[in-house]
Amino acid sequence: MARVAVDVVIKPEILDPQGKAIQAALARSGHAGVTEVRAGKHFELEVDGAVTDEELEQLAGSVLANPVIETWTVTRLADGEAR
Amino acid sequence: MTVRIGVITFPGSLDDVDALRAAKVVGAEPVSLWHADADLRGVDAVIIPGGFSYGDYLRAGAIAAQAPVMRSVIDAARGGLPVLGICNGFQVLCEASLLPGALVRNAGLRFRCIDQQLTVERTSTVWTSRYRNEYDEVRPILIPLKHAEGRYVATELDLDALEAEDRVLFRYHGGNPNGSLRDIAGICSADGRIAGLMPHPEHAIDALTGPGTDGLGMFSSLMDSLIGIAS
Repeated sequence: MARVAVDVVIKPEILDPQGKAIQAALARSGHAGVTEVRAGKHFELEVDGAVTDEELEQLAGSVLANPVIETWTVTRLADGEAR
Repeated sequence: MTVRIGVITFPGSLDDVDALRAAKVVGAEPVSLWHADADLRGVDAVIIPGGFSYGDYLRAGAIAAQAPVMRSVIDAARGGLPVLGICNGFQVLCEASLLPGALVRNAGLRFRCIDQQLTVERTSTVWTSRYRNEYDEVRPILIPLKHAEGRYVATELDLDALEAEDRVLFRYHGGNPNGSLRDIAGICSADGRIAGLMPHPEHAIDALTGPGTDGLGMFSSLMDSLIGIAS
């Protein structure tokens, strides 16, 4: 068994109103130095030894992320790595 | 000839009953289809209704696009079966790659619930032929919309291709409620048989409960096409 993290973020060219709202809230709470926020999703998968890097890339790009609007990264987590 | 119009119910569908009623109002036999059943029960057209299938988990429409019934719909649509996706149904069609682009969070972050004017950009489809009237005019129509994730986006390349191929079916008129690129409210396949839109024509078929009856044209157009009336 291994643990894999998949992070999904909206593409830079797609408007992210949620990120903008979070940035505005940060500014209102005294963090004016934060000039941009992009909101995304973090998935953690438990996979068995049969799941290859190619399969992970394929499932991330076809199900976990929508390639029309999002980019994604797949990271295999080392044993005991903090979540 | 009896025309059978199927309407899919997913867990979280809301507007399946209104879509079934719209089918009945135009004289078709409404047929309920179930998300977990790949059998399309011999229907002549499929409507994917509005709602929050699977609670909008992951992305709106993303999990529904993987449902057993959708495998059959994708195959049948590629074979020419007319398919209409309304609101969440439009999101499902984009997630299933039957239509290009995606629907994302409204630009203003607000859930919009309004009666919306639309221009009908193309009437040479099985879903919109009735919107060209006897004087060869195409008037704006008034249809309710209600969504939080209706902002249509696609690459510039895809948008240019949609326009060049005459695949923009509806545009918002008199104000863009969600920030959709190029005011796009609905699109279709090149042959016009696969169509998706965010507004709800099935909520505008009876003056008692809607802003008028402008939505009926979509279902009447389909009937004309299926029973062989030249459009």
